[in-house]
Amino acid sequence: MGRVYIFTRFERLWHWIQAVLIIGMLLTGFEIHGSYHLLGFEQAHRVHTMTVWAFIGLWVFAMFWHLTTGEWRQYIPTMKNIDKIVRFYAVGIFKGEPHPFRPTRERKHNPMQAQTYLGVTVVVTPLIWLSGLAYLFYNELGAAGFRVDLGTIATVHTVGAFLMLAFLIGHIYLGTTGHTPLAHFRAMFTGWDDDH
Amino acid sequence: MQALKHILVALATVAMMGSAFSAADQKAGASDAALLRSTADHSKFKELQRPFQSGPEVTKACLTCHTEAARQIHQTQHWKWEYVNPGTGQTLGKRHVINNFCTSVSSNYKACASCHIGYGLDDKNFDFASQENVDCLVCHDATGKYKKPSGFSGHPVTKDTEFPPGSGKIVRGIDLQAIAQKVGKTRRETCGTCHFYGGGGDAVKHGDLDSSLDRPDKALDVHMDAEGNNFTCATCHKTEGHQVPGSRYAPTAMDKGGAHIRGKADSTNPATCQACHGQAPHSMAKLNDHTDKVACQTCHIPAFARGDMPTKMSWDWSTAGKRDAKGKPLVVTNDDGHVTYNGIKGDFVLEENVRPEYMWFNGSVKYTLMGDDIDKSRQPIAINTFEGGPDDGKSMIWPVKLFRGKQPFDPVHRTLVVTHLAGEDDTAYWKNMDWEKAIAAGMAAVGKPFSGKVDFVETVAMWPITHMVAPKEKALACNECHARGGRLDKVEGIYIPGRGGNRLVDTLGWLASAAILAGVLVHGLIRFVNRKH
Repeated sequence: MGRVYIFTRFERLWHWIQAVLIIGMLLTGFEIHGSYHLLGFEQAHRVHTMTVWAFIGLWVFAMFWHLTTGEWRQYIPTMKNIDKIVRFYAVGIFKGEPHPFRPTRERKHNPMQAQTYLGVTVVVTPLIWLSGLAYLFYNELGAAGFRVDLGTIATVHTVGAFLMLAFLIGHIYLGTTGHTPLAHFRAMFTGWDDDH
Repeated sequence: MQALKHILVALATVAMMGSAFSAADQKAGASDAALLRSTADHSKFKELQRPFQSGPEVTKACLTCHTEAARQIHQTQHWKWEYVNPGTGQTLGKRHVINNFCTSVSSNYKACASCHIGYGLDDKNFDFASQENVDCLVCHDATGKYKKPSGFSGHPVTKDTEFPPGSGKIVRGIDLQAIAQKVGKTRRETCGTCHFYGGGGDAVKHGDLDSSLDRPDKALDVHMDAEGNNFTCATCHKTEGHQVPGSRYAPTAMDKGGAHIRGKADSTNPATCQACHGQAPHSMAKLNDHTDKVACQTCHIPAFARGDMPTKMSWDWSTAGKRDAKGKPLVVTNDDGHVTYNGIKGDFVLEENVRPEYMWFNGSVKYTLMGDDIDKSRQPIAINTFEGGPDDGKSMIWPVKLFRGKQPFDPVHRTLVVTHLAGEDDTAYWKNMDWEKAIAAGMAAVGKPFSGKVDFVETVAMWPITHMVAPKEKALACNECHARGGRLDKVEGIYIPGRGGNRLVDTLGWLASAAILAGVLVHGLIRFVNRKH
């Protein structure tokens, strides 16, 4: 039992900026999609497309950080002990059992978590980004000879958005499953995981 | 240092002298502003220094100097009132089409020819090779005094004349000499003499052309703004050899060319927006992404009939024929003083600030012509149809005025009919209000059979909206179209963000999100219930 410094300052900054950007893009994105009215289409579109560039900028830094620090290894998937994790969330958590996984500086994420983040990173994010850039540069694509139906691009983008929304709901909820409901959130702000 | 000072003083002196000279030049020019506009003062021409009894006399005088002008005019649609559409093969033009306003000029030439740029077009035997019957003044009058009253086959009236004969109404004669001596370039008002009054009155026909454009403000038309850009019609309809570009029979629906520039051989229609603004006129890149599918007019003309003049939106001839207590045709006006019912015409619906309809349009217009089969069960019959669709690569989304009508047709021969409306004879509907007689006369005039039976059929005509361009601040905002139920709600074959996406994806997406949310809430609730402390 004790305090472990898990999330470095850059990681925390990256996480929270990204959180704001993703929530902002979901809110404005679904408005552009026509799901509700909040800012108005024009404003939503402006915020959405500006946020994209902030996001891309952030990711340039994040990728550089992951590659130079070797932190990308955190996301290497493993099935080892995954059954224990699943069992904990399905059963153990209701009985007050301790979490079977103890985060360390070397392995910050439990196997289920790491797989989810990997999935978001290599499946959902590219899905959204590629379709989103195709959406943004639709006319340029067409001019360059890549004629893709805008409706198809938009549908792919929407599927990606729903996957991201699903992730977000689960992610926020699982954030409350620390030893206290706010423990994980605190760790994400301070960097320190004081599991006990 | 001292030397530099001297030089500066000398320079300043020269500059001041220079500006004094140029001010003097301007003063000399301002004393005769006309000098800057024309090399000819028509009042100094001997040929025009005499009284004129008729229009053709004036034309003959014009032609002594402008020797080829009449032959140029002879080539134009303004003169021929006939246009053979090379795409559809249909013979169109005023002399051939049937519309759902006054239906046809045939048999009504005496009245309708007041908008012909000629003199004496009173029936189909008019000599279209006549030079002296070209009307120069109707377009080149600079005084605003030239008039071609209805009923005179396009002739001006030079002596006070009682018209209709015996009516006691006097048509005042005009002084053609004074008008001829002041001719000039066309103005909004000269074109507007006819084009603002199409359909029988101010603002009636087009919706985007009415006399409010004589002196429009910026809000009404950003280009014609009398206090600003002050375009005339010809600024865009850049005319060469009297051939006025731009056509409603064969409009340019899509212009993929760049802006016209001097020194470049531009053969495309100079009256399009793109002919000046090019393909990427917006500073915001995403707006330029619209120019491949959306006509400029769609966003930049948010509504037509914006000049405080209502345009006719529908005309029901079938209710014509009512008389008032004195036996005169009944006339009903609305609160604004506009006629909404006239016994000789039927019911009208008038509207201002009208939101256009929107549709794909590739520039091809198909007309229902005399002789085409009319199947009443398929009403409304299209007077004309804008062709095009999302996938032909030639169509843009255009704003359109839909003009609905209910007009007489022959239920036996199943054709639209020419109605003889205007005239002093016994058969004219506006005189006797007898459909059978009026149609018999109208059909006889075009040599077509008439069964003697009259029925009414609903019709609809399309008019492209392209004038009354609003300032950019008044252009449509994104959400006018990027919304469910927005302006382009009925335009098919194109994905419009915000108008509605893939239903299946949306349904599954929201269901899945709701299920996950419900799942975690239940999970959390169980945790809460089972909590140890």
